[in-house]
Amino acid sequence: MIVGELFLEFALLSFVAFGGATALLPEMHRVVVENHHWLDDTTFTHLYAIAQAAPGPNVLVVTLIGWEIAGLGGALAATLAMCLPMSVLIYLLIDRWEGFAGKRWQKAISLGVAPLAVGLIFSGATLIATSAGLSPAGWILAAAVVFANLRFRELHPLWLIAAGAVLGISGFA
Amino acid sequence: MTATDPKSRSRPDLRALFLGFSSVGLSGFGGVLPFARRTLVDERRWMTAEEFNTQLGLCQFLPGPNVVNLAVVVGKRHRGLAGAIVAPVGLLAGPLAIVLVLALLYDRFGGLPLAQGMLRGIAAAGCGLLFAMAWRMGAAIRDKAIFLPFTALTVAAIAWLRWPMPIVMIVGLILSGGLAWWKLGRK
Repeated sequence: MIVGELFLEFALLSFVAFGGATALLPEMHRVVVENHHWLDDTTFTHLYAIAQAAPGPNVLVVTLIGWEIAGLGGALAATLAMCLPMSVLIYLLIDRWEGFAGKRWQKAISLGVAPLAVGLIFSGATLIATSAGLSPAGWILAAAVVFANLRFRELHPLWLIAAGAVLGISGFA
Repeated sequence: MTATDPKSRSRPDLRALFLGFSSVGLSGFGGVLPFARRTLVDERRWMTAEEFNTQLGLCQFLPGPNVVNLAVVVGKRHRGLAGAIVAPVGLLAGPLAIVLVLALLYDRFGGLPLAQGMLRGIAAAGCGLLFAMAWRMGAAIRDKAIFLPFTALTVAAIAWLRWPMPIVMIVGLILSGGLAWWKLGRK
């Protein structure tokens, strides 16, 4: 049954989701598009775009993926699978956290995981670029967004998303 | 009593937890963490800035959606198991409903050229935001000469070789975390 399969796949992913749902984009693409052929490249990219334009935690891209694959059941199963395992673990761990904080192994994991998370986010960006099949104009737009986001820190990213939407509608991207 | 005095913290009931986290969830675009800080620490004073940092530290150290984990922690601290359920549900319920409405619109109108163009433009901009985020996170890493090669290896394994992420992360974490462990011991 597809909802059950979806739940298991995403629950497994939640255990390696260092850096949150954004870092999971490449792996979700691998599972959902390449392995199971539940979605095609274009739909996957569109769902990412919709999640970017909507309010709420980044994890909701998972909800959209679940919805497109298996309707409301899929949406709820995917969201729950992504949130529940770690929520339970953290509920049980939190009282002992004071004892963990500052320990050498805890610092080592925090330091060690950061470069991997950067690699995952970068991979997610290249993945979206390739599955969106960005035109040269699309690449220019993406590069302009990189520049604007890094240069003007106080500029809210939503403006860049809105600019992308307007340029896209007018046929630029 | 000042705002930073821990004794001035208020203890939310379940309703307040639900509503508070709903407002956090609905106010953020492209990640809600900055809004979580403002709402929880500055506005509602459910935790001090230090508590926020420590607990966020745990949530970021563990995998999974950070802000959902944070909601579980804050909910549990104030209202036990019921709070730990109500807070993340409040965080997700509103945005989830919005996203499902957008999904319905997408299913109905997504094929129109106008929508296609718009989504292409948003995807291009969103892709730029991801590159910028990777750049900023990479710039924040100390000892770049030692740790950035692990970034390159991750990109090669995930984006190029398309290896499964669980195995890449476990091996990567052993190598990169092991190196960090060794470096920490030398200080």
